[in-house]
Amino acid sequence: MKNLLATKWGIIVVGIVIGVIASLLQLWGNPANMGICVACFVRDITGALGLHRAPVVQYLRPEIIGFVLGSFGAAYLFREFKPRVGSAPLVRFILGVFAMIGALMFLGCPWRALLRLAGGDWNAILGLLGLAFGIWIGTRFLKSGYNLGATHKTHTSVGWIFPVIMAGFLVLMLFNPKIAGEPQSGILFYSVEGPGSMHAPLIVSLFFGLVIGFLAQKSRFCTMGAIRDLILFKQTHLFSGIVGLAIAAFVTNLLVNQFNPGFAGQPVAHSMHFWNFAGMTLAGLAFALAGGCPGRQLFLSGEGDGDAAIFVIGMVAGAAFAHNFGLASSPAGATPAGMVAFVIGLAACLLIGFTMRDKI
Amino acid sequence: MDNIINARGLSCPQPVIMTVNEIKKVKNGTIVIMVDTDTAKENVSRASKAQGWEIANVEPEEDGYRVTITKED
Repeated sequence: MKNLLATKWGIIVVGIVIGVIASLLQLWGNPANMGICVACFVRDITGALGLHRAPVVQYLRPEIIGFVLGSFGAAYLFREFKPRVGSAPLVRFILGVFAMIGALMFLGCPWRALLRLAGGDWNAILGLLGLAFGIWIGTRFLKSGYNLGATHKTHTSVGWIFPVIMAGFLVLMLFNPKIAGEPQSGILFYSVEGPGSMHAPLIVSLFFGLVIGFLAQKSRFCTMGAIRDLILFKQTHLFSGIVGLAIAAFVTNLLVNQFNPGFAGQPVAHSMHFWNFAGMTLAGLAFALAGGCPGRQLFLSGEGDGDAAIFVIGMVAGAAFAHNFGLASSPAGATPAGMVAFVIGLAACLLIGFTMRDKI
Repeated sequence: MDNIINARGLSCPQPVIMTVNEIKKVKNGTIVIMVDTDTAKENVSRASKAQGWEIANVEPEEDGYRVTITKED
């Protein structure tokens, strides 16, 4: 059977669907210009579990659970579920950590960068330029033989681990539901104020998470791949998907009055141009070296890729470091500790790029 | 003799990079690329077509596919 979603129009339609859903999720309660943000939402999950204690960003985002389980369902339905592990997991963990630290310096993953742009937040331009620059550095490494090595087929149950963890999170949420005005319910933390307190109803978030997970698995939607393939192969296939996302979110924002152009006073954003650029350069490089944006890593985790799951767990660790050590930016701007972490992260990623090459 | 590339187990974009490198090396003829995921199969096919090569055959085999691409002189 031909995979319609992996055709040019297929990927554009998937991008449009994601853009519209993201914009509507904001209307239904998610934070502004953050209908979907994989980095922010993984950070919120980290907080909900108490692995960091920043009170404004704690919520066990059902969209993320939906992404993994939707992809898991699609992979099983289309016989693409392939349990595999063993391509430099420790390196992928480290890349996940620094990808998250870079993304939280900018305040968003590539998806949110597009959504911020579509909402009129011009600071996103710096972030997207930084992202492209980071990915460009990554393509130089790819061209000179950078390779983390092959994965190996493994037991079916190994591929189930990450989806089962996500299903477990959902169960946790059902047994520890949000209590209005309370910062904690049973073992889970819930923000009372700030972005973590803003969310669409659980069932809505979960449903659309599942839809996106399903479509994205089948279409291979990837924001990092979009820019990478454009630079590396001059291929516009994946890129047309992210253009679809941005335009669809922009049009939907216009229709529901969510478009507010400008640099200053943008929601969950700051205007330190250099650090917006730098944060996403670090994130972009880490994504390129790991072979996928945070969203793609979730979808791959759902189809049995244990190394992608390790990257996601690295992002959880990165989010914990980012908030426990004061590395994450806030609307007030980037932090001095964050700047130090940026330098360390960039050095680590460059070292990975330079030393992990095949001879060609 | 066919040129065979074993890109099994390698994640995106390695199979495409290997294919494009081989295409640049041999200029024309037949190349067989072994991949283990549907994503890699699609990416390799798309990239080969973009380089002006034809997809002669996609043969499912145990744990993956054997993609044969050709280009005449």
